[in-house]
This record gives sequence, C-alpha cells and structure tokens, in this order.
Amino acid sequence: MKAETAYAPPVEYAQGWHDIDTSVFRTRRGLDEDIVRAISAQKNEPDWMLQFRLRSLSAFRKKAMPNWGADLSGIDFENLFYYARPQDESVKDWEDVPDSIKRTFDRLGIPEAERKFLAGVGAQYDSEVVYHSLKENLSKQGVIFTDPETAVREHPDLVRKYFGTVIPYLDNKFAALNSAVWSGGSFVYVPKGVRVDIPLQAYFRINSKSFGQFERTLIIADEGSFVHYIEGCTAPVYATESLHSAVVEIIALAGARVRYTTIQNWSNDVYNLVTKRAVAYRDAVVEWVDGNIGAKRTMKYPSVWLMGEGAHGEVLSIAFAGEGQEQDTGAKIVHGASHTSSVVTSKSISKGGGIASYRGLVKVKEGLTDVRSRVVCDALILDERSTSNTYPTMEIESDDVTIEHEARVSRIGEDQLFYLMARGFTEAEASLTIVAGFLDPLVKALPMEYAVELNRLIELEMEGTVG
Amino acid sequence: MSRTLSIRGLEAGIEGKRILEGLDLEIHSGEIHALMGPNGSGKSTLANVLSGNPVYTVTGGSASLDGEDLFALSATERALRGLFLAFQYPVEIPGVTVGRFLKRALELRSEYGAKTPGSPVPEGKGDLGGYVKSLRDTMAYMEMDQSFINRYLNQGFSGGEKKRMEVLQMLMLKPAFAIIDEVDSGLDIDALKVVAKGLNRLRDDTSRDGQGFGALLVTHYRRILDEVAPDFVHVMYKGRIVLSGGPELVGELEQRGYDWVADLPVPSVAEVAS
Repeated sequence: MKAETAYAPPVEYAQGWHDIDTSVFRTRRGLDEDIVRAISAQKNEPDWMLQFRLRSLSAFRKKAMPNWGADLSGIDFENLFYYARPQDESVKDWEDVPDSIKRTFDRLGIPEAERKFLAGVGAQYDSEVVYHSLKENLSKQGVIFTDPETAVREHPDLVRKYFGTVIPYLDNKFAALNSAVWSGGSFVYVPKGVRVDIPLQAYFRINSKSFGQFERTLIIADEGSFVHYIEGCTAPVYATESLHSAVVEIIALAGARVRYTTIQNWSNDVYNLVTKRAVAYRDAVVEWVDGNIGAKRTMKYPSVWLMGEGAHGEVLSIAFAGEGQEQDTGAKIVHGASHTSSVVTSKSISKGGGIASYRGLVKVKEGLTDVRSRVVCDALILDERSTSNTYPTMEIESDDVTIEHEARVSRIGEDQLFYLMARGFTEAEASLTIVAGFLDPLVKALPMEYAVELNRLIELEMEGTVG
Repeated sequence: MSRTLSIRGLEAGIEGKRILEGLDLEIHSGEIHALMGPNGSGKSTLANVLSGNPVYTVTGGSASLDGEDLFALSATERALRGLFLAFQYPVEIPGVTVGRFLKRALELRSEYGAKTPGSPVPEGKGDLGGYVKSLRDTMAYMEMDQSFINRYLNQGFSGGEKKRMEVLQMLMLKPAFAIIDEVDSGLDIDALKVVAKGLNRLRDDTSRDGQGFGALLVTHYRRILDEVAPDFVHVMYKGRIVLSGGPELVGELEQRGYDWVADLPVPSVAEVAS
C-alpha cells in the first residue's frame, strides 16, 4: 500500500471526518503470532479460542489471494494495524461511553435511532464494541444480543457449538485472517419461538488510519424464532487504505426466519472483503439485504445453504460503483435438500468509471427433487466510462429443478432523460429520478428509515453526475 | 396576456440529414392549429425540435416563445415556460409512479413561477391534499382507473393508456402551448373520444388568466379533427408548410389526398399568421 494515493476523497462523503485517536491499547503495525497472542490476551480468552486463532493465522499465511474479482493489489498486510482498543470496557449505558466516541456516534445519529425504532443497538469503534443495549422485554425472553467476547465468556456452550461452523477458518484467505484477529461484532441468540419484531442494529465505525477491522458476527435463531438484524458502516476519509474483513455466520434452525440488512457506506479508501453465510434448516427462511454504496473495493457474496426441506433463501443486492470504486458483489445459494427455493435479485449502478460486477452461484446437489431458483440481475450504466459485469455460475446436479436466470443491462436512455426534461425536470434531477426508479422495487423491501437513508446516499452519489 | 409561439425559416435535421427545409408558423394563445401531411414530411421532427430534443440539430432559422429565443433554452426551460410536448411514443420510466412524477412536475412549475418575476406560469399551491384530489378528478374525467396513480409511468401501459396519460399530464400541468404528436394514432373510436374530450377541456378552461390553450395538433387523420375542431389547418410536405387555411381544408385533403400538395408554392408567414 502506498503511503499516498492519487485518490481524492469525495467532498460529499458526509461521514469522512475523524476523531483524534485516543485508543487505550493498540498492536504495532503488521501481523505475526505475537500480535495474535496479544489480541487474545487483551480479551482474556480461553485457550481453545487462542488455539483457533493460531490455526487460522497459519491458514491465512498459506492461502493465496483470490485470483479473481476486484483488484486487491493495493492491500499491504504489513502496513496495517490489526487491533486498537478504544476504551476499557463495553458499557450498557450510553452516558458511560467516553465523550469523544459518544460525539462520533451522536453525529452519526446512533442513540437517536435506538430511541426511535430499534430493539437493541451495538456500536463498534475500531476493534471493540463500546456500547450495547437490548430492550428489557427481550432479554427477559432469553434473547441474547452482545459482543462475541462476552458470549465466549458467558455462553461458551453456544459459541463452541456454532462458532466457525458455517464459515470454517480454512474457507478463504480473508475468513482465515478474520478468524486469527477477530475482534468485536455481534452475538445474537433468539430462543425457540421468540419473535423480535423490531430490528436489532449494529453500527461499525473505523476511526484509526491504516486500520483493519475484523468483526465477527454469529446469529443463532432457534426453532420458529424471528429476528431482523441491521448493520451500518462508515469510516473517515484518509489517504491510506483501511481493511474491513468481517465474518458473519447465521444459523436458522427449523422454522426460523432471519433477515440481515446491510447498508455499507465505508469511505472510498476502505477495502471491504467480507464473508457472509447462512445455513437454513427445515422450513427456515434466510434473507440477506445487502446494500453496497461505499468502499474502494468490495468483494462480498452473501450465501445461504438450504440444508432442510422447505427452506427458502433470498438475497437482495444493491451496489453503487462510482469513481474509483469496484463493487464485486452477488450471492451464493446452495440447495442441499429437496423442496427448497431461492430468489436472488441484484441491482447495480455504475458511473464515473466505476465497475459493478454481479458474481453468483446457484448450486443444486445430487439426488434432490422440487428445487426452484430464480436469479434476476439488472445493471444500469450511467456513462461510457463505467462498466457492468455479470458472472453467473450454475452447478446443477439434480434433474427435478426449475432454474430461471435473467440478466439485463441498460443505460439511462436519452429518450427517458428527454421525456422528463420535457416535463420540467433538470437533466440532473431526471438522471437521479431514473436511478431512484431503477432501485425502487428493492428500496421498498427495506425498513422505512433505511430506505430513506439509502435514497439519500444515492442522491449524494449522483450529485455532480451531470454537466 | 396573449402569448405567441413563432417559427421562422426553420431548418433542422437528424444525424446529418436535413428534414425541415425552412418552415414558418405562428401560434397564439387560444388557437388550435392542425398540422397534417404525409409520412416523412417532417411533422414529428418539428415537434421534437421545438421541445428541445437533443437528438435533433437546428441548422437555420429561428423560433421564439413570447419573443424569447427558444433555441437558447434547454428542454427543461422550455417546459417550465409553458411548452408541452405530448409524445407520439411516450417512454416507460420504471420505478417512478404516476402520482410522484406528476406531483414533482407540478412542484417544479410552481418553484419556477415563484422565483421568476412576471412569470406567465402561476405559482402553485403546493397543497398535497388538493393535488391528490385534483389528480383523482382528472383521472376520472379521462376515464382512467385510479390505480394508475401508483403504477410506474407508462410501464406496461397499452397504447391507448399512454395517450390518455399524455393528455392527463396536460390537464394537470396546464401548459400555454402543447405540441401534440399524433395523439390519435392507434386509438379506437372510444379512446379517441376520451382523448378529444380532454383536449377540449383544456381549450374551454376559462381559469387560465386570459391565456387560452394554444396547440399544434399533429395528425394524419381527419377523425380527431372532427372531435377537436381546429382554428387553422396547415399541410406539411417535404419539410415545409405548403398550404394553410381554415377547417374546410380537412375535407378537401380527405377528398384529394396529399399528392396534389406537392406542386403548391410555399406561402409566406403573413398569410399563415393572418
């Protein structure tokens, strides 16, 4: 990673400010066994977790970088900081969060959001979760919403049973890296039959420069339960790259339903390389709503493994690739049981030389019957410099399968622009209207507050598009 | 205040091919002008050039709205000053509902009216309740199902529904001048009557501050002109207006076809504007 890059931060990135680094502990630059041990020691972890980290570090070193997808040549693993602790303890009372961090989240509207429409909130600042809360009625029903470090201490049985089972540390280079140095994230357990009707939210903020954030999220929805989990992400704009490499594992037991919504708005110097995977058992439903607006490079393909009959998986993917951005996103669906169904809907927009790629896999294992899958990819290209790619892969090993795949690429039509201008819209507003209309069917699937936020972000991205 | 749309010696074309060969025409508030002529005579080109479609290039002549050079204005500015193009083939705008689209178009007009002193465009009320009611009433008048409010603009509309939508927009936006490009093509007789009813309502609207509705009604056929009686009729041939007259011309054209107009000399602007 070069110390200086040619990248000029966009003035319109509203979360691009940063606070003075006041972390109470951080590791030196680079990554080795000592650093992994230091992170583990900071967390007073049991030995089994330390051993897991060390095995993962060794896997990370052996694994090659992906030879496909976005250009990752700018990542210099030796130049990054892998751990920074902003305060001593995670707190449950907002008043106890240190003032500087509190100001950050206040500016991002986090506690305000909690009061308004959330069942629980987690806020992570660099490596650690600084704040966690959950509505009392939910904790009384046995719902657990905490950081994974606390879960390792207080719920070791659940953690040992599920941690790293959906995404093994050997899965890929970045999952191995996360497994070695993970810190923060969320642990959610929803007991049998409990419905969490309003969403839980986690908010991730990177503050330090040249920093790697490696949160780890594990969601276990017990039989017949329901939960909607939302994450938002931002970072300051620096001239050097940061790395965000999360691992998210979801287990939806029989009849459970989990919806996971991401509005990713990292600043345009963050490499966002995330592994997200869910397992859905009998009659379970897992939905990923994945909006990628920010980051320099994103590689993320939320996956659902449909392992029980009657299971259903759904991925809604929205990507916006502007100047200097490469959004390599998509979905993976693995049908591992009969009578399973899946829907993947991808909408991407590229402008100003941005590259938006849909990369997807639908796999149907051998000997299954009554499997249905539908994949629809729509891409909108706003100018001649921008690119859209579609890489759909189908691996179908059974016969009784209905697979539909549609891919459409369109440019904003001159005729559409002219039509709206002939009704008094400026060219800029006409473009924005067409883009917002393109996304409308997906935005409708979001909770209202997030739909508003997403529309606002798209509006910012579209500013200055014309003339 | 009477308004004037004036076109003199207009030459224009597309992709290097000249289609308009020196066209003269003047329209005042309150006048309905029918523009007839065979295929390829340049009628649609004229409609698009006047509205500012960037695909077309103006190579000579002039056009003005109340004395202001039309070609110095963008399509947006022309629309805000009261020019409306009813498209022959309205495009689909996915994801944008009819209700939201029309509300925004009205807002843009009232914003323009508010910030432009002496603007002929009246400042709107910005009253959402009033807007929804007026949209619903106008849809009922145009015999359109109320569900169209929440449908995406023109998406999946039949040909006739698209044409009604164009007229609905005119009724809501109340332009000073409309250039109406073959609004009758492809319509059955019932749909044609509804479209004509809408146009006549615009014409009869007395709430327009003395500004009668001016229109250039582009058509091949007599039947719309039986419903919306024109004040003037012009015949276009090879990029020029070759014959102008009153409503009686419609009958003559129906009897004789268009072949004989090829030999006519080009009339002067003075004759047309009378």
